[in-house]
Amino acid sequence: MRPVAILGIGQTQVDEHWEKSLREIGGEAIFAAMNDAGLEKADALYVGNMLSPLVNGQNQLGTFFSDWAGLWHKEAVKVEAACGSGAAAFRAALMAVASGEVEVAIALGVEKMTDKSGRDVTAALATAADADYEVEQGVSFVGLNALIMRRYMYEYGWKHADFAPFSINAHANAVHNPYARLRESITLEQFEKSAMVATPINLLDASPIGDGAAAAVLVPAEKVNALPGRPRVLVTGSASATDTIAVHSRRDPLFLSAAYQSARRAYQMAGVGADEIDVFELHDAFSIMSALSLEACGFAERGQGPRLGLEDQIRVGGRIPVCTRGGLKARGHPVGATGMYQIVEVVQQLRGECGPTQVDGARIGMAQNIGGSGATILTHILAVG
Amino acid sequence: MEIPRHWRLKKQRYALVGEVCPHCDYKIFPPRDVCPNCGDEAKTLYTFSGRGEVFSYTTIYEAPTGFDSMAPYTVALIKLEEGPMVTAQLTDLGDQPVEIGMPVEMVTRKMRNDGDERGVIVYGYKFRRRV
Ligand SMILES: [Zn+2]
Repeated sequence: MRPVAILGIGQTQVDEHWEKSLREIGGEAIFAAMNDAGLEKADALYVGNMLSPLVNGQNQLGTFFSDWAGLWHKEAVKVEAACGSGAAAFRAALMAVASGEVEVAIALGVEKMTDKSGRDVTAALATAADADYEVEQGVSFVGLNALIMRRYMYEYGWKHADFAPFSINAHANAVHNPYARLRESITLEQFEKSAMVATPINLLDASPIGDGAAAAVLVPAEKVNALPGRPRVLVTGSASATDTIAVHSRRDPLFLSAAYQSARRAYQMAGVGADEIDVFELHDAFSIMSALSLEACGFAERGQGPRLGLEDQIRVGGRIPVCTRGGLKARGHPVGATGMYQIVEVVQQLRGECGPTQVDGARIGMAQNIGGSGATILTHILAVG
Repeated sequence: MEIPRHWRLKKQRYALVGEVCPHCDYKIFPPRDVCPNCGDEAKTLYTFSGRGEVFSYTTIYEAPTGFDSMAPYTVALIKLEEGPMVTAQLTDLGDQPVEIGMPVEMVTRKMRNDGDERGVIVYGYKFRRRV
């Protein structure tokens, strides 16, 4: 396997893009990434998306976007792993280039969610869970996370307010990200008073959906030179792991074993440990997931994830800055696109393009993308090199 | 909609029929053909008692399509006496609050009205407080 670099990145703002189609938002991200890479052609396109057959009535997104982007006759395919689709597409692109089979690959994450009503989207999102044994009971995707969060609070003695720092940090960082959906800070009081979705999860524990697309161009590292003001960003670690599809089938529903497994393998591949990670874009679809992800990846002891927030360690300048561009909570969570937003944001950090939320001297960054309630988890490590 | 699927699942839904591993005696629900305990093949049917306790619970206010007329309703993770965990709605709750550790038992109830199209009513397991 040869080393791979990320040559270009592109993204659209996460929003309700009523005036734009699935094609247009995906195309925007592809063209932005190609432009950033200074390339006009690519050999292959890997599209991460979850909902297009259910929400947009469109399948075969590989060809759908290669056609739109003018990549005629090229290889193109869609990769699906629920909310983990974006990073799964990125990993497919990475494998293609690393193997020597493809010279220039584009990874695109795209989701257009506002073409259906809210409850239809809720039902579509629930297809990530076990249709026969979870969804049939009327449990929503939020509901599954709520079951985990309630038990976690019971076992470890945390109060709901103890999770507030995750959401407050995400919102504070999103203020400085022009691509974020919710560019406004929130207070502890707002967090505590927000409307209930599925107890104990309220609106400010949960990430908002949205329309969005983000893309990256991957090439062999040997073809890239660092330029003044633009360091070369390498993909040094990549791993994917799975758990049971249903939460109820897990020996320990309070531990993200797929996060543990994929992070461990990514650390190993990159030759780094948790203490060497300068910035971590984690999958804060719900505040409880931030805690579980930090624990599984070695940043906190079991049951102690919320402490990092309460002790101010997750902000820029803290021990492990997370969600530096707003995270899922405030940048927004266009599900199949989210994993690619995380990759793009880590690249921005390593290039030093993050303005007020720039992590000083960031050289190694990590992104972790979760499909379902911990069922598919991909961890990527990027480094300046 | 989806009549064959509902028919196929009736043993599990009406009688909590799962499996027991012939190699290690591990009780399995929902059924799966590879024992999660020892990794061997497990296809022997096993009927669960339907008794268990609440491991966790949530009250759902924003329900998916098909369940919206029932919201708010309470879904729980139930730890069955025989070991496995199952996701199910709690029913007949009355005014008493739900608590983690609360003993429950299985009952058969209407799950949802799939009737937007063909009027199929889906029945299945829910759990109520055991006294
Ligand atoms: Zn066994």
